[in-house]
Amino acid sequence: MELLVASAVGILTTAGIYLILRRRSFPVILGLSLLSYAVNVFLFATGRLMTNAPAILNKYEEVPYTDPLPQALVLTAIVISFGMTAVVVMIALGAYLSSQDDRINLSDDDAKAGDDA
Amino acid sequence: MNHLVIAPIVLPAIVAPFIIMVLRYHLDLQRIFSVASSVLVMCLTLALAAQAADGTVQVYELGDWPAPFGIVLVLDRLSAMMIVLTSVLALAVVLYAIGTGWDSRGANFHALFQFQIMGILGAFMTGDAFNLFVFFEVLLIASYGLMIHAGGARRFQAGVQYVVYNLLGSTLFLFALGTLYAVTGTLNMADLAVRVAEMSADETALLRVGAVMLLLVFAIKAAVLPLHFWLPASYSLAPLPVAALFAIMTKVGAYSILRIYTLVFGPDVAATAGLVSDWLLPAALLTLAVGAIGVLGSREIGRLVAFAAITSMGTLLISIALFTPAAAGAALYYIVHSTLATALMFLIADQVMERQGGAVAAMRLMPQSGLLSVMFFVAAIALAGMPPLSGFVGKLLVMDAARDHDLVWWIWAVILIGSLVTIIGLARAGTMIFWKSHGLADSAETSPDVGTDPEPLLDGDATAAPAAKQVLPLVVCFGLISALVFLTIFSGPMTRYADATAAQLFTPTAYLEAVLGGGTK
Repeated sequence: MELLVASAVGILTTAGIYLILRRRSFPVILGLSLLSYAVNVFLFATGRLMTNAPAILNKYEEVPYTDPLPQALVLTAIVISFGMTAVVVMIALGAYLSSQDDRINLSDDDAKAGDDA
Repeated sequence: MNHLVIAPIVLPAIVAPFIIMVLRYHLDLQRIFSVASSVLVMCLTLALAAQAADGTVQVYELGDWPAPFGIVLVLDRLSAMMIVLTSVLALAVVLYAIGTGWDSRGANFHALFQFQIMGILGAFMTGDAFNLFVFFEVLLIASYGLMIHAGGARRFQAGVQYVVYNLLGSTLFLFALGTLYAVTGTLNMADLAVRVAEMSADETALLRVGAVMLLLVFAIKAAVLPLHFWLPASYSLAPLPVAALFAIMTKVGAYSILRIYTLVFGPDVAATAGLVSDWLLPAALLTLAVGAIGVLGSREIGRLVAFAAITSMGTLLISIALFTPAAAGAALYYIVHSTLATALMFLIADQVMERQGGAVAAMRLMPQSGLLSVMFFVAAIALAGMPPLSGFVGKLLVMDAARDHDLVWWIWAVILIGSLVTIIGLARAGTMIFWKSHGLADSAETSPDVGTDPEPLLDGDATAAPAAKQVLPLVVCFGLISALVFLTIFSGPMTRYADATAAQLFTPTAYLEAVLGGGTK
């Protein structure tokens, strides 16, 4: 299972970074999403991997439990990355509609003359 | 528990949704509430600073959960200084935005502004690494909105770039936090400090990875050299009053480096020894150099100021990277100076652009430039660090702190030559804008569209024309100038405070006791 989780994080990160380097808004947004999935899975793994165990302590008997804190962190991270993805989609859409171009990078010419419209 | 500690975060957090939901269609009321909230926040932060000035560390436990388990806010001298700086800057920027009508050029300026203030104040006060991430996101998501405020194709494009860069930074931040949590089992900064110090040397490889990633994240925020690419385009294409507020955002990165790498990965931690001093110092020197070259090479005033901001970040980070109490004191003085000076310069740049009718390229004839050129001159002196103003004192302190360092000649050379190049760049820009523009008058009249800025950055351009009559923006600029003057005159008390702060940073026992020992309730 460790191998599975580790390779999942690795593959997601790789694909995410590859897509981000495409520098067009749609692949970049997909890449960012993949990266945020990767980081969420990674955060789960930081509390040590444990299957079939609840994230709460039982005070009546000794039962295995998973570390609840990473789950709280992941929850927060998911909410934030979800919101951020929505924001970046809207801004990218605005940028595309106003300039008819989905490039992420501003080339030097654009920055100087502003004639990329 | 002293509830005043959380008040400056709660107040904007209440005012912002109130503005969005209740005052959505009433710009005047929005302005009143926004200014009132900014003034109140400033009073609160000043009160908190007065409490923190004697060196006590106050801890606010959210939900009354004790420290390693719950989230805490910590108020020490450093936090107090940073929140006062933020609130002063915020008040200046909000008044300026109202005076120039920037806030009426798009929706929800004031709400986003309040959220941004909340995020920045929270980031300065939190004592929990994950909470730092959350406040980073709050301030970033507000800054995305402010960055594309008033629209325009170029601004949107720069906005996408800015958002993507910062989202990458945030993801990296989460990876770093995950790594740290996996190694130490905690994310409370004080608790982290204790556990990291206890850790035996052979299990610290992962810890070092986490520390490096964290440093990278903060370097992105602070626009350190290889990671500075987002800054010039974003800051010069953002609405310039917003860019003035963003002057404090790079300082959030610098603050985080200072905080985490004195408290958690302090000078005594073997796993991360030399991380800041060996890696950050060359990067900071290069940052300063590249910033100065950028100042020299910029053709637009917004870009010029953005590169000047990079220059000042370079100086600041050199001082932080020296990693001694004296250098940290110098860095703190320089943080205050450079934030105010950069913001002032952005506001003046905005005045220039407004008077040129929202043109990006600053080469046109514009009305009433006498007063403005004087202010530009003063701001340039401050920003470049020439004698009469606080920039000079700040640079002197930084150079004095570097005296015993191995690379002292490199540091001095880079700072001095960087200052020289910056002043040349600023002088050249001043000449172009304030002198040469009169020479261009003829050509401007013969061919009215000589400016060839195909896209006036601003959408609501009709309001921009009678800019010369606006008084409030000039008052704000004068206010910032007088703040710089005060900073120079009272540099004695200010450096004493900064040195006391640095001493507190490098002996974190009081901090640790306050946070982990139940706090001062």
